[in-house]
Amino acid sequence: MDVREGLLYTDEHEWLRIEGDSGVVGITAYAAEELGDIVFVELPAVGTRLTRAQTFGVVESVKAVSDLFAPVAGEVVETNPALAASPELVNGDPYGEGWMVKLRLSDPAETAQLKDPAAYGEFIKAG
Amino acid sequence: MPYGPHTAADREAMRSALGIASVNELFADIPAPARAHGLDLPGPEAELTLTARLGSLAAHDRVDLAAFLGAGAYRHYIPPVVDQMISRGEFYTAYTPYQPEVSQGTLQAIYEYQSLLAELTGLDVVSASHYDGATATAEAALMTVRATRRERVLVSRAVHPHYAGTARTYLDGTRLALETIPTTADGTTDVVALERLLADPERPVAGVILAQPNVFGVLEPMAEAARLAHVGGALFVAVVEPVSLAVLAPPGAYGADIAAGDGQPLGIPLQYGGPYLGILAASEPLVRQVPGRLVGRTTDVDGRRAFVMTLRAREQDIRREKAASNICTNQALCALAASVYLATIGPHGLRDVAALGAARARELETALAAAGATRVHAAPYLNEFAVHVPDAPRVHAALLGHGVLAGLPLARWFPDDPVLADALLVCATEVTTSDEIEIFAWALGEVRR
Repeated sequence: MDVREGLLYTDEHEWLRIEGDSGVVGITAYAAEELGDIVFVELPAVGTRLTRAQTFGVVESVKAVSDLFAPVAGEVVETNPALAASPELVNGDPYGEGWMVKLRLSDPAETAQLKDPAAYGEFIKAG
Repeated sequence: MPYGPHTAADREAMRSALGIASVNELFADIPAPARAHGLDLPGPEAELTLTARLGSLAAHDRVDLAAFLGAGAYRHYIPPVVDQMISRGEFYTAYTPYQPEVSQGTLQAIYEYQSLLAELTGLDVVSASHYDGATATAEAALMTVRATRRERVLVSRAVHPHYAGTARTYLDGTRLALETIPTTADGTTDVVALERLLADPERPVAGVILAQPNVFGVLEPMAEAARLAHVGGALFVAVVEPVSLAVLAPPGAYGADIAAGDGQPLGIPLQYGGPYLGILAASEPLVRQVPGRLVGRTTDVDGRRAFVMTLRAREQDIRREKAASNICTNQALCALAASVYLATIGPHGLRDVAALGAARARELETALAAAGATRVHAAPYLNEFAVHVPDAPRVHAALLGHGVLAGLPLARWFPDDPVLADALLVCATEVTTSDEIEIFAWALGEVRR
């Protein structure tokens, strides 16, 4: 299973890529494969303030509807506009074009609580 | 085999696991006056006796009245084929089937209903139906809140008060606010007040709800209200009466994002207030905000046409507290009646029904005016309007003695409005006869003498 280096991970299968004082969030290849064909992604409004682990959106596949959880606290500064018309990008390129939101981090120290690629790899292997 | 989900032993095990003395403890949160205290039923009676007793009770129903009551529920001619079709064993259930393998007929019927209503409303998506016009309107209000992520809904004073009341109940206990847009002297919604209500930058509006025709029967400036709502970033909800859509502009044509209404006029008899049929239609971008269920057309593995429930993933049985709504059902049998009715009379027939009702109403207006009862509002109407009758509640009661059901005394719904204290809301449809109109006008003169 594709687990990317350079990213941080949650137990809920979101990834976070730190870019300065911001972070880009998406769901992992494992999550996208488990969900199956994704048909709809509901994202928050820009400006929404999220606390860590707060629900920030919904991803709907042909077989399930799942919540999206904020890996860390922050303010939504950007959402991926391409997902409205092409939700399948999440399946095709979960770490790239399938990104979901960009957050301005409230407390960068929170990232210490996230998993590194090796730990996340072990986590999904353990099922 | 009797169906009992739990044995006495099951119940005892659950009771002791919960640590309660009796199942009644589970209902302790319900105030005592609201709880049932046993049913006080008489003993059994012979069928012959019972039939006679029920017959004598039924004889109290006044089916001989010249009826001019509308106010949200309308008398129409229902072709016998409607009852014939919905009584077929294959269809005769109010329940919606989940299994497409065994339910193609019912699913197709719901799909046809959705298609017919989409055509009538001029909108892209129609739900498989709701309980009634009031709950459909309340769901529409909640859709605007979800779609805009705003918390304030404006509803015209001229939307049916039962609909507005139901929306208020749905919003009760939430952070959401429902505010009333006033009306003007001509009976329409005050668009200047609407513009002002929309202008508050601190409290952005999610949705604006107007009815066409409104509760006073008059026609609203829907296009203008829709435009103002959109300028304010809000969605526009049209509450509609479906027969009127044969002659009035459909909601899709004047920019409504959502249409809600009661489907009762489409082949469903007046039956003590229900069961009726809640219509909910929306534009395509709102498809995932539509509560309840949709039936879609697809192809099966062999490439044959097939109908399935679709977009169900947001319903309560799957999404629990995060569901779009608590509705997990629809009015399948009433929706079928509406489909059969529409298919039977066709677009020209529906136009005739609406136009004939309007012509009868015009005849009624002339006859009542000659008897001294003139219109309350100056705005145009379709087939329902309010007239001034001094001492309206008494006159209404006295007219019953003459075999006339003289509409609705509006004071009942608007007790604080002096203009409506002496107003009767009257209605005519294609089943209203010239004789009935003549009797009404004559009796009105008699009781006012």
